[in-house]
Amino acid sequence: MEKIYELMPQLITAFGQTFYMGFFTLTISAGLGIPLGTLLYLIRPGSMFEHRKIYWILDSLVNIIRSFPFLILMIAIIPFTRLIVGTSLGTNAVIVPLSISAIPDFARLIEQIMLDVNRGVIEMAESCGATTFQIVTKVLYREARSGIANTVTIISVLFVSYSTIAGVIGGGGIGDFAIRYGYYRYQPEVMFFTVILIIMLVQIIQTTGRIISTALDKRV
Amino acid sequence: MIQLSNITKVFHTAGGVLTAVDNVSVHIEKGEIFAFIGFSGAGKSTLIRCINLLEKPDAGAVIVDNENLLELKKSELLKRRQKVGMIFQHYNLLQNATVFKNISFPLEIAGVPKKQRHERVMQCLETVHLTDKIKDYPVKLSGGQKQRVAIARAIVNEPKILLCDEPTSALDPQTTETILSYLKRINEAFGITIVIVTHEMSVARTICHRVGVMERGCLIETITINGDTEVPQSEFGKILFSGGGGI
Ligand SMILES: Nc1ncnc2c1ncn2[C@@H]1O[C@H](COP(=O)(O)OP(=O)(O)OP(=O)(O)O)[C@@H](O)[C@H]1O
Ligand SMILES: [Mg+2]
Repeated sequence: MEKIYELMPQLITAFGQTFYMGFFTLTISAGLGIPLGTLLYLIRPGSMFEHRKIYWILDSLVNIIRSFPFLILMIAIIPFTRLIVGTSLGTNAVIVPLSISAIPDFARLIEQIMLDVNRGVIEMAESCGATTFQIVTKVLYREARSGIANTVTIISVLFVSYSTIAGVIGGGGIGDFAIRYGYYRYQPEVMFFTVILIIMLVQIIQTTGRIISTALDKRV
Repeated sequence: MIQLSNITKVFHTAGGVLTAVDNVSVHIEKGEIFAFIGFSGAGKSTLIRCINLLEKPDAGAVIVDNENLLELKKSELLKRRQKVGMIFQHYNLLQNATVFKNISFPLEIAGVPKKQRHERVMQCLETVHLTDKIKDYPVKLSGGQKQRVAIARAIVNEPKILLCDEPTSALDPQTTETILSYLKRINEAFGITIVIVTHEMSVARTICHRVGVMERGCLIETITINGDTEVPQSEFGKILFSGGGGI
């Protein structure tokens, strides 16, 4: 316990880094992934703006990025990361691969969730003279909103897991802390304590997500 | 009011080419209640969806208020659709929106200011006698109540035309009667032209002025209800006139 107490400042910093990475990763990946998922939904075969060629390209791209193991993705895109943030090391640098890996996850989940929206309601909106933009914002996002909240929850939990790998390129964060002080310095109790904290963090995300998603869902 | 000229709609399916609507011409008068009746698969839904171009005909003209809708730009077509209400067999209400929000939806789409929206929604809620359900979500409503919300939504933007695709097919006979009485009242009070698609004789007989009988994509006969000059030729028409049961 004493060791943990001594490490408190480092632990707090690590948590700060995790939240910092989480905030930017989620904002960026949702900001790009949700529109991409919406586009996939709109142009998929049989949909409103069917466009097989573009769909095939985007669909494959999403599959390819999703199938990359995170560690390999992180290393593979180092040149790109350097281009964007000017360095390939540190907390900011880690946000790039984390976002890139989360964007296609977002896109795929959002596409699937929108497929569950009743076609009849979309048709109703069309009969009212709604533009595509109005259909997306006033019908699709409204009817799919609890599913979208679930998606954010899932990606947040994935983020906690992936962010632990970020230590490899000096990203910091709670996972990095566990490895650095718990594993390399061989302090099992520190490792144990940190893992408990991570479990609690995931629980909090999951519970909050469920509460929000339930509150948004008026279908039952 | 609505002039359909030589409408043909073809679907290309895995099983081959399917002519859902085959060279149909009909003129529906202003203020009329007109029903398309026929067996399942006759092409009724496809035809009524051609009236607001939810389905784009492969040939023919859709003339509404002296305007061929097929010649309009997309943005103009969307504007025209704002003045054509539509109700559906399965209501198609937004599940995550209250009754109020559902009814005000077409006004939001049309860009009507909030204050006016509120007024109009309240008027329409009164028309369908659902003022007490204003804050409820659709999941809490019965089928008949859902369809009344859908009716209120369809008339909220003061349309000239109301399209109804099997509006009572999911409802019991008593509720059907209520819904039909609302439609009739709307037709009489606001002079809205109503087009109904149905396979129920009772619907056609209770509120319609004229009935078009459809079979395999063709409009085979048009019958004036309460007109005694015509003798129906089709099977459907005969049942309709003899006062026989539904199908
Ligand atoms: N989008 C579509 N793609 C392919 N075929 C279609 C499509 N829509 C309708 N059809 C076919 O066109 C024909 C007419 O269908 P339609 O829905 O207009 O019939 P209906 O008279 O409304 O029947 P019901 O009483 O069952 O609703 C049917 O054979 C149907 O399978
Ligand atoms: Mg039909």
